[in-house]
Amino acid sequence: MKHWIRATLGVFLKDMKSELRTRYALNALIMFVIITLSMILFSFGNEIAPQFVLSGILWIIIFFAAMSGLSRTFVSEEERGTVLTLQLLTHSSSVFFGKLLLNILLSCVINTLIVVLYLLLISNFTIQTWSIFLLILLLGSLGLASGATIVAAIVAKANTKGTLYPVLAFPILLPLLIAVISGTQMAVEGASFASAGGLLQFLFSYLIVFTTLPYLLFDYIWKE
Amino acid sequence: MKQHILHVESLRKDFNRRTVFSDISFEIRSGQSIAITGKNGSGKSTLAKILSGVLSPTSGKVLLECGGSEIPARERHEHIGFVSPYLQLYDEFSALENLRLCASLRGIQYEDFQGDALLDLVDLSSRKNDPVRIYSSGMKQRLKYAFALLHRPYILILDEPTANLDSEGIEMATMFMKTQCDQGILIIATNDKDDLRHVDTAISVEKGRGR
Repeated sequence: MKHWIRATLGVFLKDMKSELRTRYALNALIMFVIITLSMILFSFGNEIAPQFVLSGILWIIIFFAAMSGLSRTFVSEEERGTVLTLQLLTHSSSVFFGKLLLNILLSCVINTLIVVLYLLLISNFTIQTWSIFLLILLLGSLGLASGATIVAAIVAKANTKGTLYPVLAFPILLPLLIAVISGTQMAVEGASFASAGGLLQFLFSYLIVFTTLPYLLFDYIWKE
Repeated sequence: MKQHILHVESLRKDFNRRTVFSDISFEIRSGQSIAITGKNGSGKSTLAKILSGVLSPTSGKVLLECGGSEIPARERHEHIGFVSPYLQLYDEFSALENLRLCASLRGIQYEDFQGDALLDLVDLSSRKNDPVRIYSSGMKQRLKYAFALLHRPYILILDEPTANLDSEGIEMATMFMKTQCDQGILIIATNDKDDLRHVDTAISVEKGRGR
């Protein structure tokens, strides 16, 4: 177990160090967020969009930001030809959880940046129930990272990675997106924390399923 | 040291509908060495990858035994060192960082003096802090030897062992092959007649069985 944790942390630290040196994913994510928010601001002009539309737009930005950045963890290994190296060094589950940890970190950092900029720039978007919103944001970010990581491992083997990634990820992430958009609408409308219990349970279950299922399937994806 | 035995039984590998090789069977134990030979595209590298556990065979099995007990497939990489021209190291990191990373992912105890000693052995100590991306192909091949030997593997699998190496590098590779023959199991995939001099036996992937 100690060996496994050490190897998993080794993969995570290697990827983080590599990311800080090469900025493969981080630059793409930050540029995407800035450009998308600028486009939304231009398209709104002086119009005031309803709160429920703004909740949806927030998660659309988060979804496509994840699509532009979270695949890099596996795609960069394929492109550089280092998959074989990782396969030789450690067990597949350490690779999966190491990559998942990095995607969770990236997802949390970038989603926090998106939310802060969104709250500052979109004047009509105000949160009434912060407890619901923060939990939805946390569980949404974790679920997004889990779903996106296993899809990234699958598409990294394909020739048309860029196109395939959002196409494959969308059906997997759709239940999560519907839940987080509903949860954000409740937070914006000022619903009580108790009324969001069902949604939070669903998001927690989604997170458990999309962490354990990829763990069981990953060895096959990684070796073939 | 415990006796290691690698059993290879009726291996077959298909890529889509094309059979790369079939009916490959042999057994090799500590102190023995074997060469995998065959024409270009005959599946030497594919067989080397299957033996090292990074690729699954279509049928057949590879079993590694240590002191009479079987080592689970998920732990086989801990006993194997692998060198190959298509093995890529992390070129944004230096040689020393690559070795640190290797030790960390393998979960082995590591101190920088071990890395220094290995890099000295492959004659890279003067460039140990340079990023690997500025290394020549021969220097990268030398680093792959350090990478493969860091955890002192019982089985050393070398695919094209002298590829990209200069005469000093070839001498170094020969020394590693001889040492491995004395201490464990050596498997090389090559058609080079000079490399074949260092092994006890050879198997042709085209014919299937060892001669």
